[in-house]
Amino acid sequence: MPLNAKIPSGPIEQKWDRHRFDLKLVNPANKRKFDIIMVGTGLAGGSAAATLAELGYNVKAFCFQDSPRRAHSIAAQGGINAAKNYQNDGDSIYRLFYDTVKGGDYRSREANVHRLAQVSVNIIDQCAAQGVPFAREYGGTLDNRSFGGAQVSRTFYARGQTGQQLLLGAYQALERQIGAGKVTMYPRTEMLDVVLIDGRARGIVTRDLITGEVSSHAADAVVLATGGYSNVFFLSTNAKNCNVTAIWRAHRRGAHFANPCFTQIHPTCIPVSGDYQSKLTLMSESLRNDGRIWVPKTKGDERPANQIPEAERDYYLERKYPSFGNLVPRDVASRNAKEVCDEGQGVGPSGLGVYLDFAEAIGRLGKEAISERYGNLFEMYEKITGEDPYEVPMRIYPALHYTMGGLWVDYNLMTSVEGLYAIGEANFSDHGANRLGASALMQGLADGYFVLPYTIGDYLSKHMDEKVTTDHPAFAATEAEVRDRTEKLLAIDGSRTVDSFHRELGKLMWDHCGMNRNDAGLRLALEKISALEEEFWRDVKVVGSSDTVNQSLEKAGRVADFFELAKLMCYDALERTESCGGHFREESQTPEGEALRNDEDFSYVSAWGYNPDGAPQLTKEDLEFEYVKLTQRSYK
Amino acid sequence: MKLTLNVWRQAGPDAEGRMQRYEAPDVSPEMSFLEMLDVVNQRLEENGEEPIVFDHDCREGICGACSLMIDGVAHGPQAATTACQLHMRHFKDGDEITIEPWRAAAFPVLKDLMVDRSAFDRIIQSGGYISINTGSAPDANEVLVPKVDADQAFEAAACIGCGACVAQCPNGAAQLFTSAKVSHLGLVPQGQPERDQRVVSMVAQMEAEAFGSCTNHRECEAVCPKEISIDFIARMNRDYLKARIMSRAK
Repeated sequence: MPLNAKIPSGPIEQKWDRHRFDLKLVNPANKRKFDIIMVGTGLAGGSAAATLAELGYNVKAFCFQDSPRRAHSIAAQGGINAAKNYQNDGDSIYRLFYDTVKGGDYRSREANVHRLAQVSVNIIDQCAAQGVPFAREYGGTLDNRSFGGAQVSRTFYARGQTGQQLLLGAYQALERQIGAGKVTMYPRTEMLDVVLIDGRARGIVTRDLITGEVSSHAADAVVLATGGYSNVFFLSTNAKNCNVTAIWRAHRRGAHFANPCFTQIHPTCIPVSGDYQSKLTLMSESLRNDGRIWVPKTKGDERPANQIPEAERDYYLERKYPSFGNLVPRDVASRNAKEVCDEGQGVGPSGLGVYLDFAEAIGRLGKEAISERYGNLFEMYEKITGEDPYEVPMRIYPALHYTMGGLWVDYNLMTSVEGLYAIGEANFSDHGANRLGASALMQGLADGYFVLPYTIGDYLSKHMDEKVTTDHPAFAATEAEVRDRTEKLLAIDGSRTVDSFHRELGKLMWDHCGMNRNDAGLRLALEKISALEEEFWRDVKVVGSSDTVNQSLEKAGRVADFFELAKLMCYDALERTESCGGHFREESQTPEGEALRNDEDFSYVSAWGYNPDGAPQLTKEDLEFEYVKLTQRSYK
Repeated sequence: MKLTLNVWRQAGPDAEGRMQRYEAPDVSPEMSFLEMLDVVNQRLEENGEEPIVFDHDCREGICGACSLMIDGVAHGPQAATTACQLHMRHFKDGDEITIEPWRAAAFPVLKDLMVDRSAFDRIIQSGGYISINTGSAPDANEVLVPKVDADQAFEAAACIGCGACVAQCPNGAAQLFTSAKVSHLGLVPQGQPERDQRVVSMVAQMEAEAFGSCTNHRECEAVCPKEISIDFIARMNRDYLKARIMSRAK
């Protein structure tokens, strides 16, 4: 089945405006006749639910947390990009567009990215009006910083807690609509399947995480805003409960999954300390603005960092990439850290770490200035490691952080299932093969505040008076499938815990589908994952029952879906024999060991269709570049 | 190191709870408190017993999900730290640790260490926002915010809504939580049009929930993982009084 991205015609600067004019509107009096289901209430889902309710639609919003304020968007530290050019340093919508397409290693759609850059300026206005306490200059204007490889200062921030403050802004807007009765909120409720009637998404089946009750909800459209799938690796910077289930269930019902192997490894995380490790903690990459990354020149140098003289340190990013230095994009920084550690120059007990050193910056700017910028990050680091980064360099190592892949969506953010939308990290749309720093918050809010509320109206306007209720047999049938699966998991009563399977799966993925990938490794991973999955369904032990809070049961359902996703990621990584962005195929590198893209053969989005009987089916959406010139990325 | 845990187990909202004793024989000082519980749970599951239920998510001290009374102190012995960021190096071999859910009438227990904090959401619903529909905002730099105000607003806005303040208060009062939001929005120019009505509505909702009254124990401030100051309570009280006497707030 060919996929139509529905990209509007015309010059790129005019596509979105023209499209907005072409979209059909829903009469204000008719909006209240439509019900929209929003699954996930982080930055994308929360902002979309609030905005749709403001427009007059009836929204039913679902989240598995006890409150929408706890979605994992809250943990984003560094900031949010916008092409405001407040710093007068040459930024523009076109430059943000260009940087994002380039940063994504030319594997994203030009039209989507340009729209993202356009609406970025509205996001900052909206958030400031909500009272988000952004950092300010003494004159009262907004402050900006340069972030993650950008050569202009376009990142807005609220200390190291930008995600928290933006999420609370969206959360407050959402709570306002809940109070007004326009949004019905279902916290502690997990979506376990999407219900299709005549090929259109008409509702979902959920499980109440307190009572265990399985129930159905009908609507005119369903939006998935359920975030990314980094937790397939078990250890990632995602919150413990982040999972792929909502979008995976949608995939099984016919939504194509795009670029699943495009995962982002964040270069600045706190290294693993032991085999009980439950997650990894990110240190904002804004730290790279002032911190200098180095390792000892001598392999196995066990002296404390402060006793290693300047001449015996290898500031390897500054050495290899003189123009970008410590600010090279995330994928480049991560791969270089792995390389020096693989060569034996790593630091810390495991040897899997590099130094991020603030001594020079503290000397230049003073401790107070550094504390003003990064105080909360330094405190967090000290709590976790017991070491004071004002005195000794931080130790960092790359970790899974973000997934650029996700459900395939067209320009309207609709998946390949009619009436089913995906927004935020849950879709694949804007970041290509690598996301730039401070662009996740931007995309989540762009989708939620300024894109979906327009595009969904066009779809709804074509489906007036086509109500279904949960009495439709499709709901009962889907509910039965959900209950069967739950009972099946409980009935296995094997010998291994869910976590033990999840850890093993994560290790397989990190080893074979992580920072470096190759043909043999991916094939081996596919075999091993299938074997482990088979063992899971034979020997997993889920204690307790389904009619109460059962966190093991919740995890079991999610891990079962991670197995299927893991295989798809390996298929995707196998098929794409080029290196691009976060996807590094060892077979495709330059003589200097940098990623080698192959535009001739791989300028496409890989959209995978679900196949219950075997290998997934690939549909290619060709990418056309009319404005951005394709070059090999160079940060030398 | 080897620890003994006394953990509150309660099968459901209406079930009777009790303390249960567990041994944790192989705790590493590098573990976080929740990782220590993970290891205990792993063993329980292997033995076919139901694991201890507790809320947690980000494990970075920012989502506000974790909610444990550790030896009678909300989030445990380390100041300005959530339970997920508390590490076992702050305990010593042979310690006996008591773990309970948040203790407050307004936060009923759902199971074991998990409580219902939806009262906080209802306080926000009653007025903890600025009424600005998407699309109607002026250019962000059109409204100047003095840096000192923005910084102070941030201090208040840093609240993670965990509920430690309520759990530690002998009265189970929610003044610190409520005042943090009242102050955040009351300190920025964008929040001025609704300032009076906001404080009146939010205080009314707070009182309608099962929270107690503030009698200046300052326990809330002492356990707040984000070090939110009780100065904000004074600010809320002043705003409330002013709104009641001077304005048309209902």
